Amino acid sequence: MTAAALAQLDDGAPPDRRLSLMFVCAHPAIDSSVRTPLMLQTVLGLDASDIATVFLVPSSAMAQRLVRAKRKIKDARIPFDVPDRSVLASRIDDVLEAIYGAHAFERLGRRKGDEDLSDEALFLSDIALRLLPEEPEPLGLGALLSFEAARRSAAIDDDGVLTPISEQDVGQWDEGHLQRGDALLARAHVLRRPGRFQIEAAIQSAHCDRRRTGRTDWPAIVQLYEGLLALAPTVGAAVARAAAVGEAYGAEAGLKALETIDPETAERFQPALATRAHLLSVRGDNTEARRVYDAAIALTTDAPSRRFLEQRRDRLRD
Amino acid sequence: MRYTLFLYSNEAEFAALKPEEMEQAMSMYSAYIDALKEAGVFVDTDWLKPSATATRLSVKDGERRVQDGPYADTKEQLGGYFVIEAPNLDAAMAWAEKCPAAHYGIVEIRPSNMSDGAKG
Repeated sequence: MTAAALAQLDDGAPPDRRLSLMFVCAHPAIDSSVRTPLMLQTVLGLDASDIATVFLVPSSAMAQRLVRAKRKIKDARIPFDVPDRSVLASRIDDVLEAIYGAHAFERLGRRKGDEDLSDEALFLSDIALRLLPEEPEPLGLGALLSFEAARRSAAIDDDGVLTPISEQDVGQWDEGHLQRGDALLARAHVLRRPGRFQIEAAIQSAHCDRRRTGRTDWPAIVQLYEGLLALAPTVGAAVARAAAVGEAYGAEAGLKALETIDPETAERFQPALATRAHLLSVRGDNTEARRVYDAAIALTTDAPSRRFLEQRRDRLRD
Repeated sequence: MRYTLFLYSNEAEFAALKPEEMEQAMSMYSAYIDALKEAGVFVDTDWLKPSATATRLSVKDGERRVQDGPYADTKEQLGGYFVIEAPNLDAAMAWAEKCPAAHYGIVEIRPSNMSDGAKG
């Protein structure tokens, strides 16, 4: 779905109703694992069977879960309303997480050009940001999804190998989606209320700036990750920050940054292992790097990512 | 190191599937097997006939005892298994998580007691 097509979509149903529906689907009383499927079915009209396949569940099981969720909404009388101001911010977060869940789910056997549910996620986020104009995080999510849609063709090469953002061919990035992302981010910025999705979008924007400047501004990205960590400390963000530190300030600094993560957690977390292996190889510790690449590969079920790690590992000479 | 993933689920629910639902389940397992093979971790798999087709055999005091039915009468039954190669439990768990059965049943992960490289 192009950015232009997205902008022209004629929704049909009264806008308020779909927003209320999204808040219902992401209500705290609804199990978090069924919020995304519920939203896809009730707001976008997706078939339970199609949703099931993406989420690796037999269609009968997915149909059952959806029926149960809808029964709960009815029996518990979950209100069909946009929530009160006082709880709106946290409830919006739940809605955005559920939307992002459609985009972020890693489906088995993905290939170059696979669209999975990214378009659906984009569409849902568009509804949210148009109906909540005073809220910055829906704009942040919209921007984030736009940047990721822009790079979709460049993310996996013809041999099915993952290509990291900083190495992607900028010529394959979709300019329409990129401009939409930048515009949404600018609108969010004006509202002066930073949030997790805005920062993640800003990080993507910084990466995508390479099409204009010819280089990746790694120090800026490090700072953005630090902002993200202050807001939403996760191991994933800590690893990503360490990788950026490595690019900006050298492998030694990057490896040190990785050490801030609890070692027991780090040795079982695939991104931490992959980042560590890379930094070790940059530092010249090829034997150790290869061992850590092997450990990362063992935990990698995503084929494009695995091929990428194998390629990096196989290039190393003792 | 070898791990066996035992897949437990409610057979009655599976038996009640409509043909297109059954087809969808089959293609999910097909994709899973492809992914395991592509990653070089696949060793073996089997899809077992329902527990009603099971036969139990033991020899007591020199006499053979045969009984109809599975070992245990439980809410979930053993429906199949995968044998994979993985260097540690975390890796085995990463693959178990991608197994369709983990999402509607339970996957029991058991490490092999036989030394590295030993095949049956």
